Order: sequence, then C-alpha cells, then structure tokens
Amino acid sequence: MQSSRKAIGETLLKVENVTLSFGAVKAIQDVSFEIRRHEILAIIGPNGAGKTSMLNVINGAYHPQHGIITFKGQPRHDMDKHEAAAMGIARTFQNVALFKGMSTLDNILTGRNLKMKRGLFAQMLYFGPALDEEVEHRRKVEDIIDFLEINAIRKTPVGRLPYGLQKRVELGRALAAEPDLLLLDEPMAGMNVEEKEDMCRFILDVNEEFGTTIALIEHDMGVVMDISDRVVVLDYGRKIAEGTPNEVRRNQTVIDAYLGVSH
Amino acid sequence: MSQAAWRNISIGVSGFIVLGLGALVIANPGKIFFSWTFFFEVLIGGLLAGTLYSLVALGFVLIFKASGVFNFAQGAMTLFAALSLVRLIEITNSILLSMALTVVIMMALAYVIERLVLRPLVNQDVIIMFMATIGMTFLIDGFGQLVWGSDVYPLNLGIPQDPFEVQGVLLNQFDLVAGAVAALLVAVLAVFFQKTRIGRALRAVADDNQAALSVGIPLRHIWFIVWTVSGLVALVAGIMWGTKSGVQFSLALIALKALPVLILGGLTSIPGAIIGGLIVGAGEKLAEVFIGPLFGGAIENWFAYVLALLFLLFRPQGLFGEKIIERV
Amino acid sequence: MLYRDSGQFKSTYEDDRAIFPIAQDRYAMLALLAVAFVAVPILGNDYWLRSIFTPFLIYSLAAIGLNILTGYAGQVSLGAGGFMAVGAFSVYNLLVRVPEINFILALVFGGLVAAAVGALFGIPSLRIKGLYLMVATLAAQFFIEWSFTKFPWFTNYAPSGVISATPIDMFGWKVEESWERYVLALAVVTAMALVAKNLVRGSIGRSWMAIRDMDVAAEIIGIQPMQTKLLAFAVSSFYCGVAGALWAYLYLGTVEPVAFGINTSFQILFMIIIGGLGSILGSFLGAGFIILLPIFINIAGTGLGLNLSTAFISHMEFIIFGSLIILFLIVEPHGLARLWQIAKEKLRLWPFPY
Repeated sequence: MQSSRKAIGETLLKVENVTLSFGAVKAIQDVSFEIRRHEILAIIGPNGAGKTSMLNVINGAYHPQHGIITFKGQPRHDMDKHEAAAMGIARTFQNVALFKGMSTLDNILTGRNLKMKRGLFAQMLYFGPALDEEVEHRRKVEDIIDFLEINAIRKTPVGRLPYGLQKRVELGRALAAEPDLLLLDEPMAGMNVEEKEDMCRFILDVNEEFGTTIALIEHDMGVVMDISDRVVVLDYGRKIAEGTPNEVRRNQTVIDAYLGVSH
Repeated sequence: MSQAAWRNISIGVSGFIVLGLGALVIANPGKIFFSWTFFFEVLIGGLLAGTLYSLVALGFVLIFKASGVFNFAQGAMTLFAALSLVRLIEITNSILLSMALTVVIMMALAYVIERLVLRPLVNQDVIIMFMATIGMTFLIDGFGQLVWGSDVYPLNLGIPQDPFEVQGVLLNQFDLVAGAVAALLVAVLAVFFQKTRIGRALRAVADDNQAALSVGIPLRHIWFIVWTVSGLVALVAGIMWGTKSGVQFSLALIALKALPVLILGGLTSIPGAIIGGLIVGAGEKLAEVFIGPLFGGAIENWFAYVLALLFLLFRPQGLFGEKIIERV
Repeated sequence: MLYRDSGQFKSTYEDDRAIFPIAQDRYAMLALLAVAFVAVPILGNDYWLRSIFTPFLIYSLAAIGLNILTGYAGQVSLGAGGFMAVGAFSVYNLLVRVPEINFILALVFGGLVAAAVGALFGIPSLRIKGLYLMVATLAAQFFIEWSFTKFPWFTNYAPSGVISATPIDMFGWKVEESWERYVLALAVVTAMALVAKNLVRGSIGRSWMAIRDMDVAAEIIGIQPMQTKLLAFAVSSFYCGVAGALWAYLYLGTVEPVAFGINTSFQILFMIIIGGLGSILGSFLGAGFIILLPIFINIAGTGLGLNLSTAFISHMEFIIFGSLIILFLIVEPHGLARLWQIAKEKLRLWPFPY
C-alpha cells in the first residue's frame, strides 16, 4: 500500500484456543489467530458472532474459560483490565464510553493517566513537579487534538458533542495512551459517509505515522476491504476464515455464512 | 481484584468476626443468660417484629420493580399515612371513614409525586431519582407534621395486644396479627402482579419502560397506580407500627432499617422483602439479647447494616435478586 | 463592561490551567480573601462571627469532603457525619492524652484517623455501587455513632458522655474570642479548599471523575478502581474529620456523638446537591445556603409580624429543603455553582445577548 508505512513485522499478539462461555451460551469457541506488528486486522462476522467478546477477552474485560493469549511474548490466561492497559492495549467501544461530565481535553488527558506518576502530595501543592508534568502531558494531548482536528471542541463537555465527534474524542483518548495495540469496536457505526471517510483517514494515519497495530471490528465491508491488511471472520463464536481481504472475499464458507446472506 | 481473591478475603474477614465473637462469649461467661425457651421467645418476637420491616420493604420493592426508582420516601409515606389516619379518627370519630379518607389522601399524594417529581425527572440517572426521593422524604415529613402535628399519637383500632403462652414461650397476639396481615398482603400483591392486566403491564414497565411505552402501555398511569399501591402498603405498615409503638416521627426512621432488609432480600423480589425482614428482625433481636451485653448493648442500631454489609460481600444481588451482569 | 476576557491571551499551558484564568476573577478572589481575613473579624459582631461565619466555614469544609467522594468520585455516602465524629474524637483524645501538642498537628492527626476509618468503610465500594454502597456508608454512620456512645475510653470516662473541648493553644496564641476562632477556621478552610481544588484539577481528580462517569471505561484505560476509590474515601474522610474537629473545638465547644448524627450526614449531602455536585465553589454556596435558610425563614416570619414557633420553623425548613432539592434536581442538577457560572458567562458578553 503506502510507501511510508512500517513493514508488517512479527507477531504482537497471539490468541490460542480461546473459549468463552456465559452459562450455557458459548460466545467464543476454540478461536486462534494472531495480530502482527504494524498491521490493521479486521474482525468481521454477523451479529452475535463473538467479535466484541473477542476484544473483551484481549483487553482483559472478560476472562475466558480456556485458551492462552500471548502479548509481546508474554503468555497469560487472563488479566485485569488495567494490567492490559499498562502493557499497552487501548480500545474504543461500540457504544461510545466517554466520561460525559468531562471536557474533550480532560477526557484525552485521562488517557495519559497511566503515564502520570506524580503522587498525592505533589498534586496537593500543584505548583512544582505536578504542574511540570501536567504541562508536559498537555503538549502531547494537544498534538493528538491537532491530529484529530478537534481543536474547536477542546473545552466542550463531551456529553454535548454530536455522536461522530464523540467517536473521534474516544479515539483520541485511546491514542493518548500511546498503545502498541489499538482495539476499535465498530469505529464507524452510525456515521454518515463523510464522517466515515474522516475516520478511515485517521485510522490509516495512526497506523502509518505512529506504527500502531490496530484490530478493528467493522460492519461496512467497503471499509474493511479498503483499509485492512488481513481479515478474521467469526461466525457463531467460531473462526471460519482468515486471510487477506481478497482471499476472504472469495472464501465460499464466508460467502455462505455471511456475505451471501446479508448482501 | 479477581473474584476468587475477593471471596477468600470475605471468608477471612467473616471468619475473623465469628472467631472474635466466640472468644468474647467464652471470655465473658457471666454476662449472657441463655435458655432455649428464652431463645425461642426472642426468636419469635424478632421474627414477628421483622414482618413490620417487611411491610415497609415491600413498598420499596413495588416501586423499584415498576419504575426503577429507589424510593427513600417510603418511611416518610408510612409516617404520613399513619398520622393522617390517627388525626382523622380524632376529627371524624369513625375508623372506617378515616380509612377511606386516608386512602384518598395517599392516592392524591401518589398523583402529586407522579406529576411533580417523576414526570419531570423521567429518564434521569438512578442516583438523581434517588436523591429526589430524599427531597420528597423531607417534604412529606415536614408537611405531615405541619398539618397533623408532631406529638406521639396512640393508635387503637381494636387489634388485641394481649400476651399469651405456648409451651412456656411468651407471645403477643398483636405480633401474630401483624404476621397474618403481612402474609395476606403478599398474597394479594402476588395475585395482583401475576393475574391482572395491570399487573402484567407493571411487570412489562419494570423490564424496560421504553419498550413498554412502545407497545402502548401508559407509563404515567402505571406509575400513579404503583405509587398508590405502595402508599396503601405504607398505610398498612403505618397502622401496624402505630399500634405497636404509637404514631410518631421515629416511624420515618424505619425506612432506614428497611434498607438492609432490601439488601438481604434483593431489590426486586417480593418474597425477598418478606424473608429479608424476618432475617433482620430475628437477627437483630437475637444479637441484641445474646451478643449485645458484651458490648454494652444497643447494637440493634447498627447490627442490621453490618449484617447487610457482610452479606453484600458474598452476594451483591441479594438472596432473590436478579444477577447483575455488566456489559461492556 | 468591566468583566471581559478579551485581550487576556493565555500563552502557556500553565496559564490555561489556572484556577481563575480571567484576571477580574483573580482580583475578585483576592478582594474576597482580604475582606474575609481583615474586614470581617474587625467589623463583624460576636453573633455573626460565632453563629454564622464560623459554622458556615466548617460546613463548607465538610461539604468539600463529601463533594470529593460523591460529586467527583461518584460514590454516594451517608456517612459524612460519622467521619466528622471520628475526627472530633481523635483530636479530643490526642489533646487530652498529649496536651502539649500543637492544635494544627492534632487536626492533621484527626484527619488521618478519619481517613483510615473512611478507607476501611470504603472497601465495600470495590464490589458494590450506588444504592448498595449507600447502605454500607449508613453502616459506618451508625456503627461509629454507637462506638463513641458505648465505649467510655473515647470520651475519657466522662460521666455524661458529653465532654468539653480543651482550650486551644497554638504557639502561645490562645484561641478564645469569637474572632480568633473564626480566623483559625478561615485559615484552615482556605488552605484545604485550595488543596482540594489542586487535587481535582490534576490527574487524581481526573481519575476520580473517570470512575464516576464510566467505571468500566476508566478501568480499561488503566485506572485502578481500588486505589482510586479508596483514595477518594480517604481524602474525603480526611476533610470531614478535620471539619468535625473544628466543629467541636471552634463552634460547639463540646465533643459529643449526637452532634454528628445521621441528620448531619443528610444536611451535608443537601449542601452539595444544592450547591453543585463536583464543584468546590458549590460546596461553599450550598453550605451558605443551608446555614442561612433557617435564619431567613425566621426573619421573614418576624418581618411579617408572625410569631412563629420553633416547631413551625423546623417543619417549614423540612418542606423548603425538600422542595428545593427536588427543584434543583429537575431544573439544574449542577446546583448553584452552575447558575453562578451561567451568570458569569452572561456578564462576560453583556450587554450583548451572544
């Protein structure tokens, strides 16, 4: 694709034989795949295929009954959400999960909380180390605000923003953590064509400029085929196909299970 | 923190408390008087007193089920209903007429609440609604006492209050009546919820009020009905408490005691409210009589809350509540 | 026309994060502090200093404490009164047993004990939320009240259970007169309000608000709910504890559990609802409102030539508080602080509507 892109490298995250069930309902059954450094991986599948559950397993929100997840060479069975964040996994949500009472700026700054180390006493004084730290991180956050072109809404409480902008702020908050792996759960759901184009551009830019590895769930097949390097297809909690967009498009199982039915 | 670690900590803490209490009991042999007859007397007295908690808790559950509002004002409504009744009896000299008037008053109250509080706050956060009911509590308490006065008024509807003995265990007739009334009330409510059209509508609203609206259930109507019903439950509870200890301001504080009952029973379960009330009633009486002396007494004031707190650590949804599933 | 931010360009991020980014606000605040520290003690009469200003300041401090927990970190608590009692009794016990210690150090000690107790009762918040958590805080409230009544050690074996506060001596300054008590309260409250503001505008404050607004999302960006919530409980209880000690030593002159009952907890909750959840300024406005309302009802009654009984006034207070709570929740859930902010925004543009 683009020449400036970092070459897709070794495995960043490996999911092996993951099974997750809620009581009698099997959300994910024996799924394995891997995400490679600097790539954009799309996870697709019909509603209820287990896509969001898969993301939840990867960032520790759900604990699978079986399986091993290896991130940056460290295998684990399950972990806490904030541990995952500390290791460099950030995500956005299907239904925007912003902090509604806070401004755009504070939302994105909160994304950098993990990197802010000043303790209680320094912050009580405010002037001195805490202020230095605050300003240093503010600079980084302002870069992200510039990058996402949301300067005008810097101080607006996010609860008042339209849906499309909220999604953008949420992406900003995830980026603020400078993650190695960025999980996007339907980043373009409910957007119009222009907003989708903008969001696509941001995703590609993030991948290109920062080299961030991205795994995303998306229903719009045009977008998936356009921006992703590889595609994993889930259906009823099982992986039914994996490959480049072109391979998946031609895969008969996928057509039967998904594309053939709904399109 | 993982579930397993949490469970271990909880078990550890509870075990520590039980061991500590055991050690205290052994170390203070003279302070506690124990005999089985006495034990049963206390137990039964506690259970029957617990039915009164259950009655208040029942009003909470009804409203919570139908509107998702945690009605802190249930205790204030109980006091208000009892005050209205007792003062109306003084004025009209007729128990039946006063009852009828009080029912009308409680309906009017339900209407006002629906119109002035619930309707403007629809779709607000649970916690905002809850704080609004704290406001209602003060409003109703202040208004009730302003209109009806704030002394202690004895209430006598002719419910027998004589003690009697069964196999050496002393019981009070009134407590038995209270138990029977509670049972009857639960039966009536169960039929109302399960068998009537309004009951079905109520359950639908409880599940999802948007969906209920979209199939044509009139939400405001339903709210008015359910607040009226819990107003009537408050009246029954008020009559029982008033007969037992006089109609007075402390009735409103029973609402606070109903909170641990709800925690134990689960916010959405009618049988839970009853059983929770029994557990709290019996538990606090037993604790007061048999453990209390070790600490200088009056542990009734907090025992129920601490019991509920310990219980929460193991089973946050209560005995009969629906399991809370968090979605991301 | 005087209130404008035009021409005041913030060229650094430091300036942009200041508490009062607009110069006029800074001057107003300095003027207010000057009046509070100098003019009020000189001009105020004994009644105003003792019965209005001092309790107002102390209630404001307690309201800041509860606001940190409920307004910022989103954990509803009905235990504020209990934590105030812990502070008051800790300071009393320290001063009775170690009389030579400085009062400020004793206050810090009282705050720390309250913080520890608060964190302890905050542990259930890791598992339970909202209404359930409130029951846990009620447990704290009643348990604490009961402990101070039942264990004579806490009251130093005073026969009635009511004890008078020991005289305050700070570096040889004997705090006795009303104006001295007022100035001491003012100094403590000013310093602690500033610290609270610093906390809520930094990363700790943001993690509290993140937990409040959406705890799952907060966890997923790496905020540890346990540390964050327990810190909120501890800091909040520290504030309540210091407020409780000041209440006993500078206002009441006695230390007794009934002064910190469930009604106090409710009152403080009302202050932050009326004043504004999640606002330091709102804590002051709410406290002022609740202190002044009964006085206002009384004056209004006398002004109309009515001879009002105390019972009538207290019932009217209940009714007015209740109605106001509901009114505020419906009309302006962010309380008086938000109204103030709207007024300032309007003033900035005045006389133009936009």
